[in-house]
Amino acid sequence: MRVEVTVNGQERAADVEPRTLLVHFLREHLGLTGTNVGCDTSSCGACTVLLDGESVKSCTVLAAQADGRSVTTIEGLADPDGTLHPLQRAFQENHALQCGYCTPGMVMVSMSILAEHDTLDEATVREGLEGNLCRCTGYHNIVKAVLAAKEEMGATR
Amino acid sequence: MTMTEAQERIIGQRRVRREDPGLLSGENRFSDDLVVPGALHLVLVRSPHAHARITRVDTNAARSMPGVVAVLTGGDLQSEWASPMPCAWPVTPDMKSPAHYPLAIDYVHYAGEGVVAVVARSQTEAVDAAGEVIVEYEELAPVLDLEDAVKDGTLAHEALESNTSFVWALDPNPDAVEAAFRAAKVTVSERYVQQRLIPAAMEPRAMVVVPSPMGGDYTIYSATQIPHVLRVMLALTTGIPETKLRVVAPSVGGGFGSKLDVYAEELLCLALARRLRQPVRFTEERGEGTMATIHGRGQVQYMELAANDDGKVTAIRVKLLADMGAYLQLVTPGVPLLGAFLYHGVYDVGAYSFTCTGLFTNKTPTDAYRGAGRPEATYAIERAMDTLARKLNMDPAEIRRRNFIAADKFPYESVAGLTFDSGSYHENLAKALDNAGYTELRAEQERRRAAGDPRRLGIGVSCYVEMCGLAPSRVLASLNYGAGGWEAATVRILPTSKVQVVTGTAPHGQGHETSWSMIVADKLGISPDDVEVLHSDTAIAPHGMDTYGSRSLSVGGTAVYLATERVIEKAMKIAAHQLEVAEEDLEYVNAAFRVKGSPDQQLPLAAIAFEAFTAHNLPDGVEPNLEASISWDPPNFTFPNGTHIAVVEIDEETGEVRLVRYIAVDDCGNQINPLIVEGQVHGGITQGVAQALYEEALYDTSGQLLNASLADYLVPSASEMPSFELDSTVTPSPTNPLGVKGVGEAGTIGSAPAVINAVVDALADLGVMDCQMPATPERVYSLIQQAKKQQ
Ligand code: FES
Ligand code: FES
Repeated sequence: MRVEVTVNGQERAADVEPRTLLVHFLREHLGLTGTNVGCDTSSCGACTVLLDGESVKSCTVLAAQADGRSVTTIEGLADPDGTLHPLQRAFQENHALQCGYCTPGMVMVSMSILAEHDTLDEATVREGLEGNLCRCTGYHNIVKAVLAAKEEMGATR
Repeated sequence: MTMTEAQERIIGQRRVRREDPGLLSGENRFSDDLVVPGALHLVLVRSPHAHARITRVDTNAARSMPGVVAVLTGGDLQSEWASPMPCAWPVTPDMKSPAHYPLAIDYVHYAGEGVVAVVARSQTEAVDAAGEVIVEYEELAPVLDLEDAVKDGTLAHEALESNTSFVWALDPNPDAVEAAFRAAKVTVSERYVQQRLIPAAMEPRAMVVVPSPMGGDYTIYSATQIPHVLRVMLALTTGIPETKLRVVAPSVGGGFGSKLDVYAEELLCLALARRLRQPVRFTEERGEGTMATIHGRGQVQYMELAANDDGKVTAIRVKLLADMGAYLQLVTPGVPLLGAFLYHGVYDVGAYSFTCTGLFTNKTPTDAYRGAGRPEATYAIERAMDTLARKLNMDPAEIRRRNFIAADKFPYESVAGLTFDSGSYHENLAKALDNAGYTELRAEQERRRAAGDPRRLGIGVSCYVEMCGLAPSRVLASLNYGAGGWEAATVRILPTSKVQVVTGTAPHGQGHETSWSMIVADKLGISPDDVEVLHSDTAIAPHGMDTYGSRSLSVGGTAVYLATERVIEKAMKIAAHQLEVAEEDLEYVNAAFRVKGSPDQQLPLAAIAFEAFTAHNLPDGVEPNLEASISWDPPNFTFPNGTHIAVVEIDEETGEVRLVRYIAVDDCGNQINPLIVEGQVHGGITQGVAQALYEEALYDTSGQLLNASLADYLVPSASEMPSFELDSTVTPSPTNPLGVKGVGEAGTIGSAPAVINAVVDALADLGVMDCQMPATPERVYSLIQQAKKQQ
């Protein structure tokens, strides 16, 4: 079946088997391999993307369900000239990643945490990150990064 | 080569990582991201049984499925192997090791063992075809429990006479141990269980093997921690010459020891690529990966202390049953030995005896997992010290103070035969207690107890020392390890004066590119941004021993440092020639060679680099190009150490344990980049806390792994963890010129005992003396109930 999705602002389309998951559509059909797969039980969050602005685990969504909608992946955050998004920068500045495998999912879920809250505290961030696992960082610096990004983005708004 | 104040120190700066932009933008490639046209997909049919005889395999239906290229059994592939899968650590001459092939032949020995290889044009076609393979089994009784295994009632391997693989002892003075226990005023005798853990790196194992168009040469892209060791092992096991194999580890999504191995799937992809003359790829699914990728820990520890009534420990006796799982993987038998030298921890004890029995069971093989052996040892001694303190009615901090190796005893000859390099144990403890507000915490605990507050407070102290910098090759030889412990580095200054570093370490999240560039830049007086770091590709970095055991910095980083020093020496010769002075009259300052006492007379490094490249005017006997290669074999291990304090709250009504604060003081010697050091400690603590509170590979009585998925296996998330309160002491290691020790495993080693000590401490007034890991609500609740009944 034909699936048409706006991905990172661009119209993309592909013919896929009906059982194709969004994560495989992105990785295999569109070559956007930034979104990672860490599990087969929707438990790890490595595959998190934004679907119409809301974070979803792309391994729990069929490509067909994204038809006609808009998806943002990790590849779509930085400016076209390569300037990192303030959240990406906050991740780097706070050493919020080590191996980087969980990172795209962490960044995307953090995007929605930032969007959903006018103010943020540590407990809210931790709760928001609950569905995403990281085996390297112990979360300490991820939490710091999200709070730092909130501060910066709030200030520039 | 003296440094002056003028030159900014780069070592010690909190520099953000250069690795990050690529990882943060999705640009980096992990193994499964690599697009290889025409690649075939390997899927394995795995054993559903822990122990069985294969009675029939029917692959006919699978073969005729769409897209299927090959369906092969262990027997079909037998001719592909020059030798069975490797175990590089025969710890004793009579160690038993059942032949282990990438696919089972006749018998299976754990649930998840590969039985049939299915190769198809797409992943879905391979999965579909695998579903059509028929395998019939005659089930055999499995060996699952270590204390049963040692009795040899049931055998894990029908071809072996017992379940014992080896018995290894370190017993330098048995009479002294006996005497100390006879004379002891107090003894502690405990049994601790180190439950099996699933490493669960977030990136599943993934690989793709690409043959050259004419066959003969192969590029193996694999999510591995050990590209160099893997290359040697692939050559030995498949018989393909090493020179025909190139191993590349692209971005690797975490390892923690689980990617320090040679796996069946890597061998199968290579052998199938050779046979089918096409690229073959394999990516594990999480559910199969938790069975087919090594597990960690898996020990029963019998721990005994003898002590005087002032709390001074006089002897330690350890007996260990260690679960090898079904087969010996690359370093499986060596893991408990890595702990054997550290059961006395940071304490000066008179006598020591250690015996380990390595046992086969019908479970996933175990192997090195974060800390490998040292977390187990630290747990036993730190739990036992708490029990001793309780028996003597002494504060857990006080009993530690009374037994510490004193600062003036370094270098310290340990009773187990090691030489500890340096340490400030008293200082670490004092700092940690202070940062924690220990006195106030104790007062708060008392207050809650007096008030009958159902939110019980527990404070757990743990002091650790580990041996890092694996390792002096000669020491490895004495332990029968099958390889050396050196590390290689090349530093070259390119004609434009940009610098290229080649390292034999293979990072998977540790930030070597950032740290190594800082070491070189600091030494050369240039910007780290002008230093490129190349690694993890055997065609670019042919020599190396890879990354595990917190060895990268103290061995690999030192190699980089020494190679830089050598390049400067060579450049100095050229500079002296050009400036027409003696070498001794030159000093290297701010990236320039200048004549001592007349700073105007100088030549920048850049000029020398270009001279070395044009080679128009070099002194006699000096070769063109500025390049030096080093293989550094450390003279000793390094001994990072520290004190960790966990504060937990236990809800008496539910048994739930909540980690509310975590305070750590670590001494990893000089810190190259404190930002990276802290990150490593955070991650490590989380893994140790996870062992203490959440994680355990659970098997049913037939040997099925019950929690194979991340939905069932409790990896902690952000909401279970607090923010950490870190601090450090810096006692440089005299073992290497950088004065570094290593920190990758520190957090894991210090944390599990700190947390369990805190759990037990919270319940101490009820008379609870121990709690098995993980301290699940159910377990803690029933401890509380039992204790209350007995009161
Ligand atoms: S891959 Fe989607 S949640 Fe794990
Ligand atoms: S950075 Fe490695 S899993 Fe999160």
